[in-house]
Amino acid sequence: MKKILLLISGIALCAASMAVANDDLVAKMDDPKQWAIQTGDYKNQRYSELDEINADNVGGLQVAWTFSTGVLRGHEGSPLVIGDTMYVHTPFPNIVYALDLANDGKILWKYEPKQDPDVIPVMCCDTVNRGVAYGDGKIFLHQADTKVVALDAKTGEVVWEVQNGDASKGETNTATVLPIKDKVIVGISGGEFGVRGSITAYDMASGELAWRAYSTGPDSDILMDPEKTTHLGKPVGADSGTNTWEGDQWKIGGGTTWGWYSVDLDENLMYYGTGNPSTWNPTQRPGDNRWSMTIMARDIDTGMAKWVYQMTPHDEWDYDGVNEMILTEQEFDGKQRKLLTHFDRNGLGYTLDRVSGELLVAEKFDPAVNWTTGVDMDPKSSTYGRPAVVAQYSTEQNGEDVNSTGICPAALGSKDQQPAAYSPKTELMYVPTNHVCMDYEPFRVSYIAGQPYVGATLSMYPAPDSHGGMGNFIAWDNITGTIKWSLPEQFSVWSGPLATAGDVVFYGTLEGYLKAVNAETGEELYKFKTPSGIIGNVMTYEFDGKQYIGILSGVGGWAGIGLAAGLTNPSDGLGAVGGYAALSDYTALGGQLTVFALPN
Amino acid sequence: MTVTERLLLLGLLTAVPFAAAAQDVDNITAAYSEDGRYFTEDDVPTYNIREDGTVDWPTYSGFRRYHSECYVCHGPEGEGSSYAPALKVSAIDMDYYDFLDVVANGRTKVTASQNLVMPAFGENPNVMCFLNDIYVYLKARGTDAVPRGRPGKRDMKSEAIREDENACLGD
Repeated sequence: MKKILLLISGIALCAASMAVANDDLVAKMDDPKQWAIQTGDYKNQRYSELDEINADNVGGLQVAWTFSTGVLRGHEGSPLVIGDTMYVHTPFPNIVYALDLANDGKILWKYEPKQDPDVIPVMCCDTVNRGVAYGDGKIFLHQADTKVVALDAKTGEVVWEVQNGDASKGETNTATVLPIKDKVIVGISGGEFGVRGSITAYDMASGELAWRAYSTGPDSDILMDPEKTTHLGKPVGADSGTNTWEGDQWKIGGGTTWGWYSVDLDENLMYYGTGNPSTWNPTQRPGDNRWSMTIMARDIDTGMAKWVYQMTPHDEWDYDGVNEMILTEQEFDGKQRKLLTHFDRNGLGYTLDRVSGELLVAEKFDPAVNWTTGVDMDPKSSTYGRPAVVAQYSTEQNGEDVNSTGICPAALGSKDQQPAAYSPKTELMYVPTNHVCMDYEPFRVSYIAGQPYVGATLSMYPAPDSHGGMGNFIAWDNITGTIKWSLPEQFSVWSGPLATAGDVVFYGTLEGYLKAVNAETGEELYKFKTPSGIIGNVMTYEFDGKQYIGILSGVGGWAGIGLAAGLTNPSDGLGAVGGYAALSDYTALGGQLTVFALPN
Repeated sequence: MTVTERLLLLGLLTAVPFAAAAQDVDNITAAYSEDGRYFTEDDVPTYNIREDGTVDWPTYSGFRRYHSECYVCHGPEGEGSSYAPALKVSAIDMDYYDFLDVVANGRTKVTASQNLVMPAFGENPNVMCFLNDIYVYLKARGTDAVPRGRPGKRDMKSEAIREDENACLGD
């Protein structure tokens, strides 16, 4: 009896300490002096209350210090700052450095995992990694080969590790992890290898598997209740993850989960999006292919889905739905509501009620978007919530072995994973975008485990009849679904911006510039060219009473594929030469952290 | 039967590479054609562009297959990316049989400064059944016989090529 009591009190104690651990992380996220999570906070707002650097003085910004990561490939994500320590990660081989801010960035410890280099070629689009996470005194690293490692934040020693997927089947990882309550929630990549997407929750203290929710498959695998889980207000019904696929195709159906996750602790819900269905040849996989291309709202403790919304049923263009869900509290139609805003690869900016999953706004955030005339917003309609597909740009209707031309956006989307920011002061979203269109020709392919499963030929080029550049940096009103201002960029903007209480928005460019613009007007206030192109996200912290801005340089990623060589120009006509401005004329490889501050 | 065995049976791959020094021979000019495919004097596949710009079917097919299987690492039109070499150059510089060997068996160069890993595609019919097509397309890119972008006019697919493709894919 005594033993049982002890056991019970042990459990209670453990639960209590986990609650404290989460409170500790929330407190660190609320403290603007630290940058405790990749997304800025659980709402993914990427907003800081720090205002020492502001619209009036940002023009005088200077480089304070720099740090070379020693790795050449694409550097996504950003460092974290916890107390006096900065944690910097790299792409493959996924090194983690702990730097002592009190000692000029001296290296406190370095962790370099041993990984089989065979994982490199099964990573679609470079060996990027979007950074480490912190929780309960541990640093969580999710390696390229899908091993999740918990390191002691003080010493860098391994506390636990767990293998989430199998790289020999093309299962890899590029994303950060979500530390929440007593769990660490992780995703998976490999949509171009026929990987079946899932998210998995591991116990933060031990690494033990708590639950796994697949994107496709039987109800017991996708953790959906046919009656209680809703899609646009209606129950999803039985077998929703299998009955929109032909035969067993859901087993290699994609719907991977490599984006950013957000959390509403009061609702006990986490939000994320799922990727494209495999293959890229739509004719080969009839049906709506649920739940690829879907916004998911799941219970943090059990993984059960509360509501879902499939944005692009039966994808025909590789418009992954993985981009971040930004949570805000704003007035909509005269009522204060809890909102979720999402900028999809398909070029539509969605605003939903994040409690009920009700669709409120779906509008194009790039005027070039042409594959759809818009989303059916009538709840009484049989096609409610579905995008109306323009036949000319439908690679399904045009069929296999037919080249569909002039589709906007291109497969990399009007926006990819590079996360947007939100300022509660301006109530604007700051969105890094791609202004790129494509020709797309699907054809039949065979599935072989661990081999690419693509099935389409693409050519991409800057949006025609526009400013000639491949990107825009825009300010978006998520209540009205309109662009407030738009800054043309020569290349796609592949960097997650930072908005601050100093009325400044920072972002990086592929040429390597860190730019600061006025949060209200978009007016450029500052720019500095860092050593390599920027695909990382801007972060800020305060140390010793001074505000700093940090950014990783290191060109690569999806952007390093097409843009390094320049894209072709469609207006030159069929088969014509069109060497477009090549990124390699502006920048070269190299991973480096640059930290900025105002002069003393 | 493995993909490679099927290819050998079809005569689409040569079983024993004979050692010819690539630089000593004309590895580009088409000497003869067979069923819509073109070959050099040394029986190495090559492209053929007619005076009006019409490309042979394998070169066109190679454009399609390259942009499905190779593009996400090696960049558009064989131009290379920030982390993988320009194959339009490799197709010219490398001996045909070495080229096939690297595609089928892979190659790894992992050093302090670079992590280059070419996977083995030997068991992948989407690559192996179209390897000669990809090769001749890249050669045509390497000599600029075919410009960037989608080839315009092209030959029709011959019946022999169609049959060989189906046999190779096992359809």
